[in-house]
Amino acid sequence: MLLIGLEALGASITRTLDRLGLAARFSWGVVSVAGICLVRFSLLVREMYFSGVKSLAIISVSGLFVGMVLAVQGYEVLQRFGSAESLGSLVALSLVRELGPVVSALLFAGRASSAVTAEIGLMRATEQLAAMDMMAVNPLARIVAPRFMAAVVSLPLLAVIFSSAGVLGAYLVGVQLIGIDDGAFWSQMQASVDFRVDVLNGLIKSVVFGVAVGLISVFEGYHAAPTAEGVSSATTRTVVTSSLSVLVLDFVLTVSMFRGLS
Amino acid sequence: MSVATTDAMTDTMIELSNVRFGYSERVILDGLNLKVPRGQILAVMGGSGSGKTSLLGLLGGRNHAWSGEVRVAGQNVSSLNRAGLYGLRRQLGMLFQFGALFTDLTVFDNVAFPYREQTDLPEPVIRDLVLMKLEAVGLRGAAQLMPSELSGGMSRRVALARAIALDPTLMMYDEPFTGLDPISVGIIGRLIERLNQTFGMTSIIVTHDLNETLRIADRVVIISEGKVYRDMKPQEVRESQDPFIRQFADGLPDGPVPFHYPSPAYADQLIGEA
Repeated sequence: MLLIGLEALGASITRTLDRLGLAARFSWGVVSVAGICLVRFSLLVREMYFSGVKSLAIISVSGLFVGMVLAVQGYEVLQRFGSAESLGSLVALSLVRELGPVVSALLFAGRASSAVTAEIGLMRATEQLAAMDMMAVNPLARIVAPRFMAAVVSLPLLAVIFSSAGVLGAYLVGVQLIGIDDGAFWSQMQASVDFRVDVLNGLIKSVVFGVAVGLISVFEGYHAAPTAEGVSSATTRTVVTSSLSVLVLDFVLTVSMFRGLS
Repeated sequence: MSVATTDAMTDTMIELSNVRFGYSERVILDGLNLKVPRGQILAVMGGSGSGKTSLLGLLGGRNHAWSGEVRVAGQNVSSLNRAGLYGLRRQLGMLFQFGALFTDLTVFDNVAFPYREQTDLPEPVIRDLVLMKLEAVGLRGAAQLMPSELSGGMSRRVALARAIALDPTLMMYDEPFTGLDPISVGIIGRLIERLNQTFGMTSIIVTHDLNETLRIADRVVIISEGKVYRDMKPQEVRESQDPFIRQFADGLPDGPVPFHYPSPAYADQLIGEA
Protein backbone atom coordinates (compact mmCIF):
# COMPACT_ATOMS: atom_id res chain seq x y z
CA MET A 1 0.00 0.00 0.00
CA LEU A 2 2.77 2.36 1.06
CA LEU A 3 4.75 1.36 -2.01
CA ILE A 4 1.84 2.10 -4.31
CA GLY A 5 1.42 5.50 -2.67
CA LEU A 6 5.13 6.25 -3.06
CA GLU A 7 5.04 5.13 -6.65
CA ALA A 8 2.09 7.41 -7.42
CA LEU A 9 3.83 10.31 -5.65
CA GLY A 10 7.03 9.70 -7.59
CA ALA A 11 5.14 9.46 -10.87
CA SER A 12 3.29 12.71 -10.25
CA ILE A 13 6.51 14.52 -9.28
CA THR A 14 8.23 13.24 -12.42
CA ARG A 15 5.26 14.32 -14.53
CA THR A 16 5.26 17.79 -12.98
CA LEU A 17 9.02 18.21 -13.44
CA ASP A 18 8.71 16.95 -16.99
CA ARG A 19 6.01 19.52 -17.78
CA LEU A 20 7.95 22.31 -16.05
CA GLY A 21 11.01 21.45 -18.13
CA LEU A 22 8.88 21.44 -21.27
CA ALA A 23 7.37 24.80 -20.28
CA ALA A 24 10.83 26.28 -19.63
CA ARG A 25 12.19 25.11 -22.99
CA PHE A 26 9.07 26.28 -24.77
CA SER A 27 9.20 29.69 -23.06
CA TRP A 28 12.81 30.13 -24.07
CA GLY A 29 11.89 29.16 -27.62
CA VAL A 30 9.11 31.76 -27.71
CA VAL A 31 11.18 34.55 -26.13
CA SER A 32 14.11 33.90 -28.47
CA VAL A 33 11.94 34.47 -31.55
CA ALA A 34 9.85 37.31 -30.05
CA GLY A 35 12.00 39.82 -31.96
CA ILE A 36 9.85 39.10 -35.02
CA CYS A 37 7.27 41.47 -33.49
CA LEU A 38 9.69 44.35 -34.06
CA VAL A 39 10.49 43.32 -37.63
CA ARG A 40 6.89 42.58 -38.53
CA PHE A 41 5.01 45.01 -36.36
CA SER A 42 1.71 44.27 -38.10
CA LEU A 43 1.64 40.78 -36.57
CA LEU A 44 1.80 42.31 -33.07
CA VAL A 45 -0.77 44.98 -33.89
CA ARG A 46 -3.24 42.37 -35.09
CA GLU A 47 -2.92 40.34 -31.89
CA MET A 48 -3.06 43.46 -29.72
CA TYR A 49 -6.33 44.28 -31.42
CA PHE A 50 -7.80 40.85 -30.65
CA SER A 51 -6.42 40.56 -27.12
CA GLY A 52 -6.20 44.17 -25.99
CA VAL A 53 -8.65 46.36 -27.86
CA LYS A 54 -11.43 43.79 -27.66
CA SER A 55 -10.90 43.58 -23.87
CA LEU A 56 -11.38 47.35 -23.47
CA ALA A 57 -15.11 47.16 -22.76
CA ILE A 58 -14.91 44.55 -19.99
CA ILE A 59 -11.85 46.24 -18.47
CA SER A 60 -13.24 49.76 -18.38
CA VAL A 61 -16.72 48.78 -17.18
CA SER A 62 -15.24 46.54 -14.46
CA GLY A 63 -12.85 49.32 -13.44
CA LEU A 64 -15.69 51.80 -13.20
CA PHE A 65 -17.78 49.54 -10.97
CA VAL A 66 -14.85 48.49 -8.79
CA GLY A 67 -14.09 52.19 -8.24
CA MET A 68 -17.72 52.93 -7.37
CA VAL A 69 -17.90 50.07 -4.87
CA LEU A 70 -14.56 51.12 -3.35
CA ALA A 71 -15.93 54.63 -2.87
CA VAL A 72 -19.07 53.41 -1.09
CA GLN A 73 -17.19 50.95 1.15
CA GLY A 74 -14.28 53.33 1.73
CA TYR A 75 -16.52 56.23 2.64
CA GLU A 76 -18.44 54.05 5.08
CA VAL A 77 -15.25 53.17 6.99
CA LEU A 78 -13.40 56.50 6.65
CA GLN A 79 -16.25 58.67 7.89
CA ARG A 80 -16.22 56.73 11.19
CA PHE A 81 -12.77 58.22 11.78
CA GLY A 82 -13.77 61.59 10.41
CA SER A 83 -11.47 61.35 7.43
CA ALA A 84 -13.88 60.97 4.56
CA GLU A 85 -11.75 63.40 2.51
CA SER A 86 -9.03 60.73 2.29
CA LEU A 87 -11.34 58.72 0.03
CA GLY A 88 -9.39 59.92 -3.02
CA SER A 89 -6.07 58.55 -1.79
CA LEU A 90 -7.63 55.30 -0.52
CA VAL A 91 -9.25 54.58 -3.87
CA ALA A 92 -6.26 55.64 -5.97
CA LEU A 93 -3.71 53.70 -3.93
CA SER A 94 -5.87 50.55 -3.87
CA LEU A 95 -6.38 50.73 -7.61
CA VAL A 96 -2.90 51.71 -8.75
CA ARG A 97 -1.00 49.37 -6.45
CA GLU A 98 -3.25 46.32 -6.36
CA LEU A 99 -6.65 46.18 -7.97
CA GLY A 100 -5.67 47.66 -11.32
CA PRO A 101 -2.88 45.20 -12.15
CA VAL A 102 -4.46 42.17 -10.43
CA VAL A 103 -8.10 42.45 -11.52
CA SER A 104 -7.22 43.44 -15.07
CA ALA A 105 -4.87 40.44 -15.28
CA LEU A 106 -7.61 38.13 -13.99
CA LEU A 107 -10.13 39.56 -16.45
CA PHE A 108 -7.57 39.37 -19.26
CA ALA A 109 -6.93 35.70 -18.47
CA GLY A 110 -10.65 34.98 -18.71
CA ARG A 111 -11.39 37.14 -21.73
CA ALA A 112 -8.32 37.04 -23.97
CA SER A 113 -5.90 34.31 -22.86
CA SER A 114 -8.56 31.61 -22.93
CA ALA A 115 -9.34 32.60 -26.52
CA VAL A 116 -5.63 32.47 -27.45
CA THR A 117 -5.32 28.96 -25.97
CA ALA A 118 -8.41 27.73 -27.80
CA GLU A 119 -7.25 29.31 -31.07
CA ILE A 120 -3.74 27.84 -30.97
CA GLY A 121 -5.08 24.50 -29.71
CA LEU A 122 -7.54 24.29 -32.61
CA MET A 123 -4.88 25.37 -35.11
CA ARG A 124 -2.81 22.47 -33.85
CA ALA A 125 -5.72 20.01 -33.93
CA THR A 126 -6.56 20.96 -37.53
CA GLU A 127 -2.88 20.64 -38.55
CA GLN A 128 -2.60 24.34 -39.42
CA LEU A 129 0.58 24.62 -37.33
CA ALA A 130 2.00 21.49 -38.95
CA ALA A 131 1.17 22.86 -42.40
CA MET A 132 2.94 26.11 -41.55
CA ASP A 133 5.96 24.23 -40.25
CA MET A 134 6.07 22.20 -43.48
CA MET A 135 6.04 25.47 -45.45
CA ALA A 136 9.27 26.35 -43.63
CA VAL A 137 7.51 29.00 -41.53
CA ASN A 138 8.24 28.66 -37.83
CA PRO A 139 4.87 28.61 -36.00
CA LEU A 140 6.58 29.76 -32.80
CA ALA A 141 7.61 32.97 -34.52
CA ARG A 142 4.60 33.48 -36.78
CA ILE A 143 1.74 32.45 -34.46
CA VAL A 144 2.91 32.06 -30.87
CA ALA A 145 5.34 34.95 -30.28
CA PRO A 146 2.99 37.75 -31.46
CA ARG A 147 0.21 36.43 -29.18
CA PHE A 148 2.60 36.28 -26.23
CA MET A 149 3.98 39.78 -26.88
CA ALA A 150 0.45 41.13 -27.29
CA ALA A 151 -0.30 40.08 -23.71
CA VAL A 152 2.93 41.63 -22.40
CA VAL A 153 2.22 44.97 -24.10
CA SER A 154 -1.57 45.10 -23.69
CA LEU A 155 -1.89 44.16 -20.05
CA PRO A 156 -0.07 47.20 -18.54
CA LEU A 157 -2.12 49.49 -20.80
CA LEU A 158 -5.33 47.77 -19.76
CA ALA A 159 -4.34 48.05 -16.08
CA VAL A 160 -3.84 51.80 -16.49
CA ILE A 161 -7.26 52.07 -18.14
CA PHE A 162 -8.80 49.94 -15.38
CA SER A 163 -7.34 52.18 -12.66
CA SER A 164 -8.39 55.36 -14.46
CA ALA A 165 -11.93 54.09 -14.89
CA GLY A 166 -11.92 53.12 -11.20
CA VAL A 167 -10.86 56.60 -10.12
CA LEU A 168 -13.60 58.05 -12.30
CA GLY A 169 -16.14 55.68 -10.73
CA ALA A 170 -15.03 56.68 -7.24
CA TYR A 171 -15.29 60.35 -8.20
CA LEU A 172 -18.84 59.88 -9.48
CA VAL A 173 -19.98 58.11 -6.32
CA GLY A 174 -17.81 59.90 -3.73
CA VAL A 175 -18.01 63.47 -4.99
CA GLN A 176 -21.15 63.62 -7.12
CA LEU A 177 -23.35 61.27 -5.14
CA ILE A 178 -22.14 61.30 -1.53
CA GLY A 179 -20.92 64.87 -1.65
CA ILE A 180 -17.28 64.74 -0.56
CA ASP A 181 -15.42 67.94 -1.35
CA ASP A 182 -14.17 67.96 -4.90
CA GLY A 183 -10.86 69.69 -4.13
CA ALA A 184 -10.11 67.46 -1.12
CA PHE A 185 -10.77 64.31 -3.18
CA TRP A 186 -8.27 65.22 -5.89
CA SER A 187 -5.62 66.95 -3.75
CA GLN A 188 -5.47 64.08 -1.23
CA MET A 189 -5.03 61.71 -4.15
CA GLN A 190 -2.31 63.86 -5.71
CA ALA A 191 -0.45 64.15 -2.41
CA SER A 192 -0.47 60.48 -1.52
CA VAL A 193 0.16 58.73 -4.84
CA ASP A 194 3.86 58.61 -5.64
CA PHE A 195 4.81 58.00 -9.27
CA ARG A 196 7.77 55.73 -8.66
CA VAL A 197 6.55 53.81 -5.63
CA ASP A 198 2.94 53.40 -6.63
CA VAL A 199 2.38 53.92 -10.34
CA LEU A 200 5.65 52.46 -11.59
CA ASN A 201 5.49 49.46 -9.26
CA GLY A 202 1.91 48.84 -10.38
CA LEU A 203 3.05 48.92 -13.99
CA ILE A 204 5.93 46.55 -13.28
CA LYS A 205 3.41 44.18 -11.73
CA SER A 206 1.24 44.20 -14.83
CA VAL A 207 4.20 43.57 -17.10
CA VAL A 208 5.12 40.53 -14.98
CA PHE A 209 1.51 39.36 -15.04
CA GLY A 210 1.45 39.90 -18.80
CA VAL A 211 4.52 37.69 -19.24
CA ALA A 212 3.02 34.97 -17.01
CA VAL A 213 -0.49 35.02 -18.47
CA GLY A 214 0.86 35.29 -22.04
CA LEU A 215 3.26 32.37 -21.65
CA ILE A 216 0.67 30.16 -19.94
CA SER A 217 -1.93 30.76 -22.63
CA VAL A 218 0.37 30.01 -25.57
CA PHE A 219 1.98 27.04 -23.82
CA GLU A 220 -1.35 25.40 -23.02
CA GLY A 221 -2.64 26.01 -26.54
CA TYR A 222 0.50 24.73 -28.23
CA HIS A 223 0.53 21.56 -26.14
CA ALA A 224 -3.21 20.88 -26.10
CA ALA A 225 -4.25 17.36 -27.07
CA PRO A 226 -5.65 17.56 -30.64
CA THR A 227 -9.22 16.70 -29.61
CA ALA A 228 -12.32 18.66 -28.54
CA GLU A 229 -11.72 17.54 -24.96
CA GLY A 230 -8.02 18.39 -25.15
CA VAL A 231 -8.66 21.95 -26.30
CA SER A 232 -11.43 22.53 -23.76
CA SER A 233 -9.33 21.30 -20.84
CA ALA A 234 -6.35 23.35 -22.05
CA THR A 235 -8.56 26.44 -22.06
CA THR A 236 -9.72 25.71 -18.52
CA ARG A 237 -6.13 25.13 -17.40
CA THR A 238 -5.11 28.47 -18.88
CA VAL A 239 -7.70 30.37 -16.84
CA VAL A 240 -7.03 28.46 -13.62
CA THR A 241 -3.22 28.49 -13.85
CA SER A 242 -3.10 32.12 -14.99
CA SER A 243 -5.35 33.30 -12.17
CA LEU A 244 -3.41 31.41 -9.51
CA SER A 245 -0.07 32.57 -10.92
CA VAL A 246 -1.24 36.18 -10.91
CA LEU A 247 -2.31 35.97 -7.26
CA VAL A 248 0.87 34.23 -6.11
CA LEU A 249 3.11 36.56 -8.14
CA ASP A 250 1.20 39.52 -6.76
CA PHE A 251 1.97 38.45 -3.21
CA VAL A 252 5.66 37.94 -3.98
CA LEU A 253 5.95 41.24 -5.85
CA THR A 254 4.02 43.19 -3.21
CA VAL A 255 6.22 41.87 -0.42
CA SER A 256 9.40 42.73 -2.30
CA MET A 257 8.21 46.13 -3.53
CA PHE A 258 6.46 47.62 -0.54
CA ARG A 259 8.48 46.07 2.27
CA GLY A 260 9.69 48.75 4.63
CA LEU A 261 7.39 51.43 3.24
CA SER A 262 5.11 53.04 5.69
CA MET B 1 27.48 3.02 -69.09
CA SER B 2 29.15 5.33 -66.61
CA VAL B 3 26.75 8.13 -67.65
CA ALA B 4 23.78 5.91 -66.91
CA THR B 5 25.12 5.12 -63.44
CA THR B 6 25.62 8.79 -62.62
CA ASP B 7 22.12 9.58 -63.84
CA ALA B 8 20.70 6.84 -61.72
CA MET B 9 22.44 8.25 -58.66
CA THR B 10 21.40 11.88 -59.10
CA ASP B 11 17.92 10.94 -60.22
CA THR B 12 17.03 9.48 -56.84
CA MET B 13 14.66 11.83 -55.02
CA ILE B 14 14.13 9.76 -51.91
CA GLU B 15 16.20 7.06 -50.31
CA LEU B 16 15.40 5.38 -47.02
CA SER B 17 17.88 2.83 -45.76
CA ASN B 18 17.08 0.50 -42.92
CA VAL B 19 14.88 3.06 -41.16
CA ARG B 20 13.59 2.31 -37.71
CA PHE B 21 11.01 4.61 -36.14
CA GLY B 22 8.24 4.57 -33.54
CA TYR B 23 6.41 6.47 -30.83
CA SER B 24 7.53 5.96 -27.18
CA GLU B 25 7.95 2.21 -26.99
CA ARG B 26 5.80 1.26 -29.99
CA VAL B 27 7.87 0.45 -33.07
CA ILE B 28 6.10 1.52 -36.28
CA LEU B 29 8.74 1.20 -39.00
CA ASP B 30 11.42 -1.42 -38.58
CA GLY B 31 14.08 -1.83 -41.25
CA LEU B 32 12.29 0.04 -44.02
CA ASN B 33 14.14 0.40 -47.32
CA LEU B 34 12.76 2.49 -50.15
CA LYS B 35 14.17 4.32 -53.14
CA VAL B 36 12.11 6.68 -55.28
CA PRO B 37 13.43 8.13 -58.57
CA ARG B 38 12.58 11.68 -59.61
CA GLY B 39 9.36 12.17 -61.52
CA GLN B 40 7.65 9.07 -60.18
CA ILE B 41 4.17 8.93 -58.66
CA LEU B 42 4.48 6.47 -55.82
CA ALA B 43 1.47 5.22 -53.89
CA VAL B 44 2.11 4.01 -50.35
CA MET B 45 -0.58 1.73 -49.00
CA GLY B 46 -1.10 -0.28 -45.87
CA GLY B 47 -3.50 -0.79 -43.00
CA SER B 48 -4.25 1.91 -40.45
CA GLY B 49 -1.31 2.43 -38.12
CA SER B 50 1.10 0.72 -40.53
CA GLY B 51 3.31 3.83 -40.58
CA LYS B 52 2.30 5.45 -43.87
CA THR B 53 1.80 8.92 -42.40
CA SER B 54 4.89 8.50 -40.19
CA LEU B 55 6.81 7.93 -43.40
CA LEU B 56 5.74 11.35 -44.70
CA GLY B 57 6.74 12.82 -41.33
CA LEU B 58 10.21 11.32 -41.72
CA LEU B 59 10.60 12.71 -45.24
CA GLY B 60 9.59 16.21 -44.14
CA GLY B 61 11.78 16.07 -41.04
CA ARG B 62 8.82 16.29 -38.67
CA ASN B 63 9.65 12.81 -37.32
CA HIS B 64 13.16 11.65 -36.60
CA ALA B 65 14.29 8.13 -37.41
CA TRP B 66 15.58 6.13 -34.43
CA SER B 67 18.17 4.62 -36.72
CA GLY B 68 18.90 4.29 -40.41
CA GLU B 69 19.12 7.06 -42.94
CA VAL B 70 16.50 9.21 -44.65
CA ARG B 71 17.77 11.11 -47.70
CA VAL B 72 15.58 13.56 -49.59
CA ALA B 73 16.93 15.42 -52.63
CA GLY B 74 20.39 14.19 -51.69
CA GLN B 75 20.27 15.55 -48.13
CA ASN B 76 20.34 13.46 -44.98
CA VAL B 77 17.21 14.75 -43.24
CA SER B 78 18.12 13.77 -39.69
CA SER B 79 21.49 15.54 -39.83
CA LEU B 80 19.97 18.92 -40.78
CA ASN B 81 19.63 21.76 -38.27
CA ARG B 82 16.52 23.94 -38.29
CA ALA B 83 17.81 26.29 -40.99
CA GLY B 84 18.88 23.36 -43.16
CA LEU B 85 15.56 21.64 -42.61
CA TYR B 86 13.61 24.76 -43.55
CA GLY B 87 15.83 25.07 -46.62
CA LEU B 88 14.86 21.53 -47.63
CA ARG B 89 11.19 22.10 -46.86
CA ARG B 90 11.06 25.01 -49.29
CA GLN B 91 11.48 22.35 -52.00
CA LEU B 92 8.71 20.17 -50.56
CA GLY B 93 4.97 20.49 -50.73
CA MET B 94 2.55 18.64 -48.52
CA LEU B 95 -1.18 18.21 -48.82
CA PHE B 96 -2.63 17.41 -45.42
CA GLN B 97 -5.49 15.00 -44.94
CA PHE B 98 -8.12 17.68 -44.37
CA GLY B 99 -6.34 20.50 -46.17
CA ALA B 100 -5.20 22.36 -43.04
CA LEU B 101 -6.17 25.73 -44.52
CA PHE B 102 -5.69 28.74 -42.25
CA THR B 103 -9.24 29.37 -41.13
CA ASP B 104 -8.73 33.09 -40.47
CA LEU B 105 -7.53 33.80 -44.01
CA THR B 106 -9.45 33.87 -47.29
CA VAL B 107 -8.75 31.35 -50.05
CA PHE B 108 -6.63 34.01 -51.80
CA ASP B 109 -4.60 34.81 -48.67
CA ASN B 110 -4.09 31.11 -47.95
CA VAL B 111 -2.48 30.59 -51.34
CA ALA B 112 -0.59 33.89 -51.04
CA PHE B 113 0.81 32.85 -47.64
CA PRO B 114 3.91 30.96 -48.91
CA TYR B 115 4.80 33.84 -51.28
CA ARG B 116 4.40 36.49 -48.59
CA GLU B 117 6.40 34.50 -46.05
CA GLN B 118 9.13 33.10 -48.29
CA THR B 119 9.65 35.67 -51.03
CA ASP B 120 10.08 39.42 -51.44
CA LEU B 121 7.81 39.57 -54.47
CA PRO B 122 5.72 42.71 -54.84
CA GLU B 123 2.00 42.35 -54.14
CA PRO B 124 0.83 42.67 -57.80
CA VAL B 125 3.11 39.76 -58.78
CA ILE B 126 1.85 37.69 -55.85
CA ARG B 127 -1.71 38.43 -56.94
CA ASP B 128 -1.03 37.10 -60.44
CA LEU B 129 0.77 34.01 -59.15
CA VAL B 130 -2.06 33.21 -56.71
CA LEU B 131 -4.66 33.57 -59.45
CA MET B 132 -2.61 31.26 -61.68
CA LYS B 133 -2.38 28.59 -58.98
CA LEU B 134 -6.09 28.90 -58.22
CA GLU B 135 -6.86 28.65 -61.94
CA ALA B 136 -4.83 25.43 -62.05
CA VAL B 137 -7.16 23.87 -59.46
CA GLY B 138 -10.25 25.50 -60.99
CA LEU B 139 -11.05 27.78 -58.05
CA ARG B 140 -10.08 31.23 -59.27
CA GLY B 141 -13.68 32.27 -58.74
CA ALA B 142 -13.55 31.26 -55.07
CA ALA B 143 -10.59 33.50 -54.21
CA GLN B 144 -12.50 35.70 -51.79
CA LEU B 145 -14.32 32.92 -49.93
CA MET B 146 -13.37 31.87 -46.40
CA PRO B 147 -12.33 28.23 -45.79
CA SER B 148 -15.54 27.68 -43.79
CA GLU B 149 -17.54 28.38 -46.97
CA LEU B 150 -15.84 25.61 -48.97
CA SER B 151 -16.83 21.99 -49.43
CA GLY B 152 -14.36 19.25 -48.49
CA GLY B 153 -13.25 18.77 -52.08
CA MET B 154 -12.79 22.50 -52.65
CA SER B 155 -10.75 22.85 -49.44
CA ARG B 156 -8.47 20.08 -50.61
CA ARG B 157 -8.02 21.83 -53.98
CA VAL B 158 -7.19 25.17 -52.34
CA ALA B 159 -4.72 23.38 -50.07
CA LEU B 160 -3.22 21.81 -53.17
CA ALA B 161 -2.86 25.23 -54.81
CA ARG B 162 -1.13 26.46 -51.64
CA ALA B 163 1.15 23.41 -51.47
CA ILE B 164 2.37 23.87 -55.05
CA ALA B 165 2.79 27.65 -54.67
CA LEU B 166 6.57 27.56 -54.56
CA ASP B 167 6.82 24.86 -57.25
CA PRO B 168 8.09 22.02 -55.04
CA THR B 169 10.18 19.22 -56.46
CA LEU B 170 8.56 16.66 -54.15
CA MET B 171 4.85 16.61 -53.33
CA MET B 172 3.55 14.52 -50.45
CA TYR B 173 -0.14 13.71 -50.24
CA ASP B 174 -1.56 12.45 -46.95
CA GLU B 175 -4.80 10.59 -47.71
CA PRO B 176 -5.85 13.06 -50.43
CA PHE B 177 -9.07 11.19 -51.26
CA THR B 178 -10.44 10.56 -47.78
CA GLY B 179 -13.96 11.81 -47.16
CA LEU B 180 -14.53 13.10 -50.70
CA ASP B 181 -17.38 12.37 -53.10
CA PRO B 182 -16.47 10.37 -56.25
CA ILE B 183 -16.36 13.49 -58.46
CA SER B 184 -13.94 15.27 -56.11
CA VAL B 185 -11.83 12.10 -55.89
CA GLY B 186 -11.57 12.11 -59.67
CA ILE B 187 -10.70 15.82 -59.76
CA ILE B 188 -7.96 15.53 -57.12
CA GLY B 189 -6.58 12.41 -58.82
CA ARG B 190 -6.37 14.17 -62.18
CA LEU B 191 -4.78 17.24 -60.59
CA ILE B 192 -2.10 15.13 -58.94
CA GLU B 193 -1.37 13.43 -62.23
CA ARG B 194 -1.31 16.66 -64.23
CA LEU B 195 0.86 18.54 -61.71
CA ASN B 196 3.34 15.71 -61.71
CA GLN B 197 3.61 15.76 -65.47
CA THR B 198 3.57 19.54 -65.93
CA PHE B 199 6.01 20.50 -63.23
CA GLY B 200 8.15 17.35 -63.28
CA MET B 201 7.53 16.72 -59.60
CA THR B 202 7.99 13.54 -57.68
CA SER B 203 4.83 12.57 -55.82
CA ILE B 204 4.17 10.32 -52.87
CA ILE B 205 0.56 9.49 -52.16
CA VAL B 206 -0.36 7.86 -48.89
CA THR B 207 -3.81 6.45 -49.42
CA HIS B 208 -6.51 3.85 -48.91
CA ASP B 209 -8.34 4.62 -52.14
CA LEU B 210 -7.26 1.82 -54.40
CA ASN B 211 -9.20 2.58 -57.58
CA GLU B 212 -8.09 6.16 -58.10
CA THR B 213 -4.57 5.40 -56.90
CA LEU B 214 -4.03 2.50 -59.28
CA ARG B 215 -5.19 4.76 -62.11
CA ILE B 216 -2.59 7.48 -61.52
CA ALA B 217 0.35 5.80 -59.74
CA ASP B 218 3.49 4.54 -61.48
CA ARG B 219 4.32 2.24 -58.63
CA VAL B 220 2.63 0.88 -55.51
CA VAL B 221 4.39 0.06 -52.26
CA ILE B 222 2.54 -1.78 -49.54
CA ILE B 223 3.84 -1.39 -46.01
CA SER B 224 3.18 -4.02 -43.40
CA GLU B 225 4.85 -4.76 -40.06
CA GLY B 226 7.22 -1.83 -40.48
CA LYS B 227 8.69 -2.98 -43.79
CA VAL B 228 7.97 -2.80 -47.49
CA TYR B 229 5.73 -5.85 -47.94
CA ARG B 230 5.29 -5.53 -51.72
CA ASP B 231 6.71 -3.18 -54.33
CA MET B 232 4.80 -3.53 -57.59
CA LYS B 233 3.24 -1.94 -60.64
CA PRO B 234 -0.48 -0.98 -60.49
CA GLN B 235 -1.33 -3.72 -62.95
CA GLU B 236 0.35 -6.31 -60.73
CA VAL B 237 -1.79 -5.16 -57.79
CA ARG B 238 -4.95 -5.70 -59.82
CA GLU B 239 -3.87 -9.18 -60.78
CA SER B 240 -2.27 -10.25 -57.52
CA GLN B 241 -3.61 -13.31 -55.73
CA ASP B 242 -1.82 -12.49 -52.47
CA PRO B 243 -4.50 -12.76 -49.73
CA PHE B 244 -3.33 -9.53 -48.03
CA ILE B 245 -3.48 -7.54 -51.26
CA ARG B 246 -6.80 -9.11 -52.26
CA GLN B 247 -8.27 -8.19 -48.90
CA PHE B 248 -7.10 -4.63 -49.45
CA ALA B 249 -8.17 -4.43 -53.08
CA ASP B 250 -11.58 -6.01 -52.60
CA GLY B 251 -12.31 -4.34 -49.27
CA LEU B 252 -12.89 -7.61 -47.44
CA PRO B 253 -13.62 -7.05 -43.74
CA ASP B 254 -11.73 -10.12 -42.58
CA GLY B 255 -8.59 -11.78 -43.78
CA PRO B 256 -4.88 -11.45 -42.99
CA VAL B 257 -5.84 -8.11 -41.38
CA PRO B 258 -8.35 -9.33 -38.77
CA PHE B 259 -11.77 -7.71 -38.34
CA HIS B 260 -11.66 -8.18 -34.57
CA TYR B 261 -9.45 -6.28 -32.22
CA PRO B 262 -7.52 -8.89 -30.15
CA SER B 263 -9.94 -10.14 -27.50
CA PRO B 264 -10.61 -13.21 -25.30
CA ALA B 265 -12.84 -15.94 -26.71
CA TYR B 266 -16.37 -14.58 -27.27
CA ALA B 267 -18.18 -17.54 -25.63
CA ASP B 268 -15.88 -17.50 -22.61
CA GLN B 269 -16.51 -13.83 -22.08
CA LEU B 270 -20.30 -14.10 -22.44
CA ILE B 271 -20.73 -17.19 -20.27
CA GLY B 272 -17.79 -16.91 -17.95
CA GLU B 273 -18.62 -13.60 -16.32
CA ALA B 274 -21.96 -13.02 -14.69
